[in-house]
Amino acid sequence: MKRPTKDTEESARRISRRAALLGGVQLTFAGVLLLRMRSLQLGQADEFRLLAEENRINIRLLPPSRGLILDRNGAVIAGNVQNYRIVLVREDAGEPRAALERLAQLIPLTPEEIERAEREILRHRPFVPVTIVDQLNWEEVARVAANAPALPGITPEVGLTRFYPFGAEFAHSVGYVGPVSERDLEARENPDPLLMIPRFQIGKIGVERELEENLRGSAGHRRIEVNAVGREMRELDRQEGDPGVNVQLTLDRQLQAFCLARLGEDSASAVVMDIPTGNILALASSPSFDANLFVRGISVADYAGLRDNDHRPMSNKTVQGAYPPGSTFKMVTALAAFEGGFATPDERIFCPGHIEISDRRFHCWNRGGHGRVNLVSALSESCDVFFYELAQRVGIERINAMATRLGLGERYDLPLSGVSSGLNPSREWKRERRGAEWVVGDTINASIGQGFVLTTPLQLAVMTARLASNRAIVPRLVHAIDDVEQPIADQPSLGLSPEALAQIRRGMWEVSNSNRGTAYSSRIVDAALRMAGKTGTSQVFSITTAEREAGIRRQDQLPWNRRDHALFVAFAPDTEPRYAVSIVVEHGGGGSSVAAPIARDIILAAQSGGLPPLEAYPAPQRNRIESMIRTISDQIGPPAEPNPGRSRA
Amino acid sequence: MSYLEYNVKHTPTGLSKVLYINWVLVILLTAVACVGFLQLYSVAGGRFDRWAEPQMQRYALALGVMFFVGFVPLWFWRSMAGLGYAASVILLLGVEFFGSVGMGAQRWLELGPIRIQPSEMTKITVIMAMAAYYDWLDPRRVSHPFWVLVAVVMIAAPAFLVLKQPDLGTALLILGGGGMVMFFAGVSLWYFGGVMAAGAGLITLVFSSRGTDWQLLRDYQFRRIDAFLDPTLDPLGSSYHINQAMIALGSGGWSGRGFMQGTQSRLNFLPEKHTDFIFNTLAEEFGFVGGVFLLTLYIAILATCVIAAMQAKNRFAALLILGIAGNFFLYFAVNMAMVMGLAPVVGVPLPLVSYGGSAMLMILIGFGLVQSACVHRPRERA
Repeated sequence: MKRPTKDTEESARRISRRAALLGGVQLTFAGVLLLRMRSLQLGQADEFRLLAEENRINIRLLPPSRGLILDRNGAVIAGNVQNYRIVLVREDAGEPRAALERLAQLIPLTPEEIERAEREILRHRPFVPVTIVDQLNWEEVARVAANAPALPGITPEVGLTRFYPFGAEFAHSVGYVGPVSERDLEARENPDPLLMIPRFQIGKIGVERELEENLRGSAGHRRIEVNAVGREMRELDRQEGDPGVNVQLTLDRQLQAFCLARLGEDSASAVVMDIPTGNILALASSPSFDANLFVRGISVADYAGLRDNDHRPMSNKTVQGAYPPGSTFKMVTALAAFEGGFATPDERIFCPGHIEISDRRFHCWNRGGHGRVNLVSALSESCDVFFYELAQRVGIERINAMATRLGLGERYDLPLSGVSSGLNPSREWKRERRGAEWVVGDTINASIGQGFVLTTPLQLAVMTARLASNRAIVPRLVHAIDDVEQPIADQPSLGLSPEALAQIRRGMWEVSNSNRGTAYSSRIVDAALRMAGKTGTSQVFSITTAEREAGIRRQDQLPWNRRDHALFVAFAPDTEPRYAVSIVVEHGGGGSSVAAPIARDIILAAQSGGLPPLEAYPAPQRNRIESMIRTISDQIGPPAEPNPGRSRA
Repeated sequence: MSYLEYNVKHTPTGLSKVLYINWVLVILLTAVACVGFLQLYSVAGGRFDRWAEPQMQRYALALGVMFFVGFVPLWFWRSMAGLGYAASVILLLGVEFFGSVGMGAQRWLELGPIRIQPSEMTKITVIMAMAAYYDWLDPRRVSHPFWVLVAVVMIAAPAFLVLKQPDLGTALLILGGGGMVMFFAGVSLWYFGGVMAAGAGLITLVFSSRGTDWQLLRDYQFRRIDAFLDPTLDPLGSSYHINQAMIALGSGGWSGRGFMQGTQSRLNFLPEKHTDFIFNTLAEEFGFVGGVFLLTLYIAILATCVIAAMQAKNRFAALLILGIAGNFFLYFAVNMAMVMGLAPVVGVPLPLVSYGGSAMLMILIGFGLVQSACVHRPRERA
């Protein structure tokens, strides 16, 4: 088919026109692309650069090392040790179950631990390192490291964990740390991001908890580059955090250990205070427990053992335990009477063994009576009737006020958990809390530290220190934070009449130094170390009529938890008081037979700065005492080695 | 121009054809391919063997095919146009009816080391067929409704089959390529105006089909369109890709973050970084400068083709070259518009740069046809 040339030329021109037209459109479109690139790459470059950096850079927190807790001499009582743990990366390890079974041939792993580890591994992305066991000892880590070629994706790592070299000795006062729990997070309004770190340790009780902010320190961080699925590619930079600051306590490790060992298996507590400063030198609550158990998360069996023990090992009895002070309260009653002018220190009162008040008979502990007693002999022989008489004259208001002056009923501001205020009862208190009027019988009971009165062992030590010094001694537990010495509280004079106080001290002296004193057998013969004290035997339950008929006459015939509490408060040396001690042995029986010997040993240990000197004891007792001291000194070991291996439940 | 003139001018034969190859075009194409090799090396994290090496092998093979196609006389390709078109439609039908047993691999056809998609091949055969059709048709009749209808059916039938696969991107390229040949052939502008109006209507129709049982697009395609219209809608879902792509592009700034320093691509934030979104890796690492450089290369290729078409003394050759060039334009324009957030993500690779042998082979076969037209252009005797 032939076409005229004109037509073909025309169609060729048309093609050119159309090509030019479309070429123009294409160029325009290219221009649009160019403008778009310009606006994105030049106009909004910074914005997109920022977004790209946000994509790329993740910030990971670096946990700071926790501040140390030291005793008054600088011994570390809460430190950090390297914690060896085993970390598994799923993508390198392959099938988790098989990898864990292989690992279990090297280190002890219970089936439930394997189960838990497997669950945790599968919850994370395959490249995320998951800690499967920690708190391994060096030997176990070495075994894993030596077998590394057979264990792909399983690596030992090292971090820091809390360690308490003295295990049980400071478990109540210093407390312990543990992994952050949901409750810990809920309790905080704006939790430190550090707390979100898995297995981060936080103070749970005691000083560890109360001074958490000081001890924790602040997080460091490292900036890492991650890819789209969050895998770490490399570290960009790293800034170490500030470690927590050290806290030095007033506690004396040696004395604390002695106290705990001396209390032994009893459910008991001991407080030793330095009178001039108010420093608490020992705060022992028995039985105790190994604080290290909680650091790694306590096993159910261990926890159940502690929880179900009727001696309440987890309770810090020195500040949480509130006991009827018994006869150790008699100094309060006596001072209230003398200060109010209701009696003179020389006044003598006849004790027939009981007293009748509003048709009720109140017995003296000595049913036969003490005859005529004055303050000194009433204290040393612990005559109850003398104080019943005084109490009737002064009334509860003055007793209550004197107790307050001597530091009872006060909740001391110490970095300890569950500090109790005890109970210093008054008319108002009874009306409000019990909905009943105060009756004179209540005052009689209160006068000998029974009835409503409750005191903590710490309060008793404070009371003793105040009696010994006539100053408002305040207990002090923290000596320095970050090497900055903490101020000693003002100790204004109590303004008690020196004569009355002298008589009280004389009475207390006779308790442990006069052969009629209730604690004469616990006397100290070294004149420079002599102590003055007061026994207390506080009734928890009276022996019921039924029991009496069943032939139960004595305390040791009763079940343990119905027996009396044994108490003793003391200060020493008698001439220039330096140390105040309070001992409470729960259901221990008599204060003179049980609590006073303990107090003597402890106050001697405090004064000697080591073990009690044998020559301070009366000669006939020395043989017995010597073997006891040897037993105790055997129990006071050196600081424990960290990483004792994995505890098995 | 008449058949008489063919006799007085000479057409190169034998080895002398090599001299008449359009070497400017070869150099430009290779330059673009080299940009691709560079970026494939970079996004593989500095690994040569992962993508760059196979891509170079494919390019070498495809370049050979291009020369082969170029050395074959144009009249042969003109006579093959009808056959090629028929073969494409048959293969597409085969894929449509028998391909489903291939477990989703129905788009592919194995041909030695290179897999060819019938839909890919169709882009070229439709252009060839349209060029031949308008060469055959009397230019005075091109705007006649019947002959327009014939052309429309010829384009729409394979495009429809490809859309059913479903491959929206390729279907659009087939429609665009064929439509452009119609445009160059001189079909009345009224028709194009009409199509644009109809297109607007179709878009409305497609959107109104959403959620009904005659839905015209797959759900993921609708989601991609939504993501395009509002990338902030679902930053972690279907908009994630386009958001990350824009971040990569924008963060490049003026001169980029440096070769192999693009964090978006290196750290896998950028999806499909070696295929559809490879332009973003270039823009991230070489910035505005790099992007403009590649765009300039593309425009230079287009310009070379337009010049070749102007020089062609033959209606088939001119329409073919312009059609191939137009198709090439659609490739990079749609891809770039898509990765810059100007168009929905439809899955069109960046020609000669994106990793993939099939598209590259078909593009170079297309340019082989351009070369054939250049080589076999009648010339004055020297």
